[in-house]
This record gives sequence, structure tokens and C-alpha cells, in this order.
Amino acid sequence: MKKITFKSIKKLIANNLVTVLFLVICGFGIPLSGYSANFLISGIIVRISRNSFLILSLLIPIMAGMGLNFGMVLGAMAGQIGLIFVTDWNIVGIPAMVLAIIISIPISILLGQLCGRILNKAKGREMVTAYILGFFMNGVYQLVVLYGMGSIIPIKNTSLVLPRGYGIRNTVNLIGIRQSLDSIFNLSIFGIKIPLMTFIVIGVVCVFIVWFRKTKLGQDMRAVGQDMDVAAAAGIQVEHTRIVSIVISTVVAGIGMIIYLQNIGTLNTYNSHTQIGMFSVAAILVGGASVSKANIGNVFLGVILFHLMFIVSPMAGKNLIGQAQLGEYFRVFVSYGVITMSLVLYEMRKKRENLVNAEKLKDDQGDSNEN
Amino acid sequence: MENIKLADKIKSFAHDFGWPRIIIALFLLSLFIMAPFVGVNINTSLSDTFNRFGMNCIMVLAMVPMIHSGCGLNFGLPLGIIAGLLGATLSLEFNFVGGQSFLMAMAFATPFAVLFGWAYGKLLNRVKGGEMMIATYVGFSSVAFMCMMWLLLPFTNPTMVWGYTGKGLRTTISTEGYYLHVLNDFLAIRIGEHFVFPTGMVLFFAVFALGIWAFLHSKKGTAMTAVGSNSVFARASGIDIDKTRILSVILSTWLGAMGILVYQQSFGFIQLYMGPFFMALPAVSAILIGGASVNKASITNVIVGTFLFQGILTMTPSVMNSVIQTDMSEVIRIVVSNGMILYALTRKTEATR
Repeated sequence: MKKITFKSIKKLIANNLVTVLFLVICGFGIPLSGYSANFLISGIIVRISRNSFLILSLLIPIMAGMGLNFGMVLGAMAGQIGLIFVTDWNIVGIPAMVLAIIISIPISILLGQLCGRILNKAKGREMVTAYILGFFMNGVYQLVVLYGMGSIIPIKNTSLVLPRGYGIRNTVNLIGIRQSLDSIFNLSIFGIKIPLMTFIVIGVVCVFIVWFRKTKLGQDMRAVGQDMDVAAAAGIQVEHTRIVSIVISTVVAGIGMIIYLQNIGTLNTYNSHTQIGMFSVAAILVGGASVSKANIGNVFLGVILFHLMFIVSPMAGKNLIGQAQLGEYFRVFVSYGVITMSLVLYEMRKKRENLVNAEKLKDDQGDSNEN
Repeated sequence: MENIKLADKIKSFAHDFGWPRIIIALFLLSLFIMAPFVGVNINTSLSDTFNRFGMNCIMVLAMVPMIHSGCGLNFGLPLGIIAGLLGATLSLEFNFVGGQSFLMAMAFATPFAVLFGWAYGKLLNRVKGGEMMIATYVGFSSVAFMCMMWLLLPFTNPTMVWGYTGKGLRTTISTEGYYLHVLNDFLAIRIGEHFVFPTGMVLFFAVFALGIWAFLHSKKGTAMTAVGSNSVFARASGIDIDKTRILSVILSTWLGAMGILVYQQSFGFIQLYMGPFFMALPAVSAILIGGASVNKASITNVIVGTFLFQGILTMTPSVMNSVIQTDMSEVIRIVVSNGMILYALTRKTEATR
């Protein structure tokens, strides 16, 4: 009896190696940093409200078997374009956010369509393709924002435009919509501010995803994710379903980016979106997701653990070695290391399962031959 | 009749060569034609192009072994670059000077490259089919890991460490007094006022290219190609697939290390920390522009690709600047290089490997 429990614990750890590793890192890092519990909890709550929406956008492509959607940066770009326009039109508060979302959605749909179509041509290596597509579209984004805006696309507000007369400045101050969503309903417990409205919005998306899984389309996506050939034989339009999953993901990412930026309050026109993909992917993996399996629980556990590490590591590095810089490099290393490790573990597990299945098939055939 | 044949020939050539490459080649050609009319000195441009070609081509060459053995595009090139950086910093630390420092950097870098390549190859063998994504992240995480190491490793040479604390390496270290331009100036041919042909650097590349070419035609090299093109067939003929793949990864990593040393001696600086982070992408797109695909590459692809890619990088800023008074070269670089990688990744014929 005891042996079994030990084995099951070992299996639990082996299946959640990344999460366990993170618990260990945070376990060492928190006392080293010397931050108070109050500070850490309020920091984490801010980051949950800021990042979860973005990370939720990764769930649907995973369901459709397309891996981690590094193409979510396309949605982030669409969201940023929406924000640039509303800032230019001097609209403030919630109407500005809603308008930014309305502007971002058609752009997201367009970009999602493009991404989906390209990924359909690169089946089996969606992740690396989406990743490179992110870089490629970053070039196009720069072309539009740095050269197109103010020259072809009219921008009235001169404080947005570079001194040379066209192109958006490196930083856009989002003072008009800064924390407009976060400050609608504020709950304060033990001095920790909780932006209730943001959490309600995040809750709505979670409900949407749970509901979506049960719809016909959601079921189709899961079938496609399991096996494309079988799904096609069952009469599901595989390619179309895959495109839809990417489009939904891109739209959610676009809205998520707007929520993210309204919390931060400034837009780094040419940098904000580049890191988003990597951080979101790392967070969901830390939460225990894999390339082929993820749920809402993974998102929230991931946000908490990943950002806990993010908050404590510079201070922990400073107290340990005397250099905060070391802690900052450490967290970059951990972000990339986590993704590497999860991808390697996933591929190895897949290989092992294939081997087991092949052995089983061989045994079965051997049995039938003997009979 | 003749005409139709010719048209067919052109069509099939275009199909084989790929439209993106033709467009890029024509674009470069038009840049060169436009250059004199907008007041850009063509000799300087050509000289720069050759110089950049020499700087980058060994790193592009580093793609070849892994493509041959079926490991895909080596997005993990930063790992090799790190081996090169370790060699460079060690050589400077032991105060070798001049040409000697370059040779010693190569010597120091080699064991690291072999070790890293071996481990990296072992890892890639366990993740067959998902190599490229994992390679990308192996590159990234190794760069991030080395960021910490550059801070912590006990280097003492005052030209390399931060002045005020006396420890931790600087972000950029000058190679002046060490191996700056040792290859560039070797037998360099100066024609006119503006044109210098970096003979030493090109010769150095030629030696490497010849070496790789000879290797690919040796028994081991043929085995490598066999593993890449048909692993079932390779196994049937008694080739140890895993070993061959590891060998190819070691070779790629080592070439990456040598490549960055050549780059530094011309560029003049050793770039540490996040420096090697995005260095894989230009090398990958260069070989793809040269006509390689995810599972096929030759030395010719390397030469053509590096020349075209670096040519565009040199020509666009100067020509574009004069034509439209804006520097769009960065955007063009991003779109061209990543567009090329996307094109290669989405080819239907190659997707079913």
C-alpha cells in the first residue's frame, strides 16, 4: 500500500516537474528577497488581473492540437493599434477601452485568418512557424506604425507623432484609459486592493471557454486536436476548424493586450508586444500545462507562480550575490529554461507513448498470430 | 519551338529556385543599378558587401551539417556562438596578442563547442520531430544562462572587466590589440580608393567550405546525408543514426563558434550578454535565401545566400536613404529574413518529412 502511494507521488512529480521546480524556486526565493506577505500578495493580484486574460487566449489552440500559440503576439499588435487610435481621438475611460476593443477585433480576425492559413501549410511544426510569423508581422507592424501612421493613416494628435512628422513615438502615454477598468469596483482587504471588475471580465472569459468546449465547434476542435485524419473522416472541416481556433485566440489576445496596457498605463509602441508571447507561454507551462493539454487551472496557477518568481528574483539576487542584475538575468533564464524543459519533456513523453503503443500493437498481433 | 522550350526551362528553373529568391535577387540587382544614380558609391557598397559576406558566411555554413542529417534549421546557433565567446574571452584573459590570440581563441573554443554540441545533440536525439522549436529555446536559454556566468566568472583582464568593480565582463569588449582585422588585413587587395577585398577572410572561409564539402563527400558525410534523407534506409544499411546526428550537431556548433570569432575580428568587438540572442535568424534566413530548404542545403546555397542577404543589408540603408530620405532598412531586414524562413517552413513538399 505504502509503495503504491510513493509511486503515485513520484508519478505526480514526474508529470508536473516544471510546476514542482517552480515551487522549489519560489520557496527559496521568497525568504531570500525579504518581501512582506502583504507586498507579495498585492503584487500577485495586480499581475493576475493584468496577465490572465492574455494567457487564457492560449487555451483554445492547445485544444485544437496546434500547440502553444506563439502567434498571439499578432493579437497583441491589433490591440495596440486600437489603443493608438483611441488615444489619438482623445477618448477617455471605459468608452475608450470599448472602442479600442472594437477597433482591434477586425484586425485580430484578419491577422488570425492569415496565421491560421499559414499554420495549415505547416502542420506538424505549428509552433516554430507561428513563432517566426510573430517576428515577421512585427516587421509589418513597424512598417505600418513607424512609417504609415501620420503619413498615410491620419493621426491628428501631434504629441503621438515623432518630430519628423510621421510614425508613432516610442512611448504612448495612455493616461486617458489608465486603470479605467481596474478602478470601477475596488475592494480593499487588509490594505490589498482587488480590482473586482477586471476579475469579473476574466471570469466571463473563463465561463466562455468552459461553455465553448461543450459546443459543437469546441467538440470538433478537440477531435481535430486528437487526430486530424480521424476528424476529417468523421466529416469535420479540419482546416477551417483550425483557422477558427487561431482566430478566437488572436481576438482574445487582442482584448487581453488592451486590458494589460490599461493596467500598466503606458504603451511601448515597439516593444510591448514582443515579450508578451514568451511570458504568457512560460506562465501557462509553469502552471502545469503541456503542448497538448491545458485548462483554466493551469492559467491561474501559472500566473501566480511565474510572477511570484518574477517579483522576488531581482531582490533575491541582490541579497544573495549583491547584484540585482544577476536576479534579472536569472528570471530571463528561468523563463526560457521553463519553455525549453516543457517542450523537451513533452516530446520525450510523446515518443515514449508512441513506443508503448507500438509495443502493444506488436503484442496484440503476436497474440492473434498464435491463436 | 525553341521558344517554348526556353520558356519551360525558365519556368522550371523559377519553380526550383523559388520565387522569393528570384524576387530578392532582382531587388538586390535593382539596388546596385540604382546606387550610382542616387549618389551612392558603388565601390564602397561592394567592398562593404564583401566584408559582411566574409564576416557572416561561416555562421551560415554552420547550418549545413545539421540540415544534412535531418535535424532541421539550426536555430540553436547561439550555443555555438557561446562556445566561440568563451574561446575569445579565455584567449584575451591569458593575454595572447595579435594573430596568436586568434589561433588561441579558436583552440580554446573547440573543446567547449564539442562538449556543448555533444550535449545538444544528445538532447535533439530525444526529441526527434520537434527539433527546431527546441533548438530555438536551447539557444535562448543558453544565452540567458551565460548572462549570469559572464557576471560571475572570475575574469581579471582589465580590458574586459568593468572598470569600477573589477569584476564581471563588459557588454562589449574591443578586440583592438588582440585579433582585430587579422584576417581582414591578410593579403587584402586594395583597388582604387574605396574598394578593399578582404582576401584573408574569404580564404579562411574557402578553407572551411572546402573542408565541409570534402567531409560531406567522405564516408561519414555520405552517411549523414543518408540519415537526413531517409532514416529507415540509413538504419537498414547499418548506420548508427543517433551517433551520426550527434556528429552533425557537434560540427554545426563548432562552425558557429569559429564563425563568431571571424565575425569579431572584422567587427572589432566581442558582444557578450544578450549579443548572441538573435544571431541565429540572419544565418538561417541567409542559407534559405541561397536556395536551401529545411532538409537540403549545399555550400553553393551558403555562398549565394550570404551574398544576397548581406548585399541587401548593406545596400538598403544607403540607397533607400538617398531615395526616400528614410531609413527603412531595419523593417526590410525583418520582413525579408523572417519572410524567407516562413516560406521555407510552409512549403508543402517539405512539410511531410
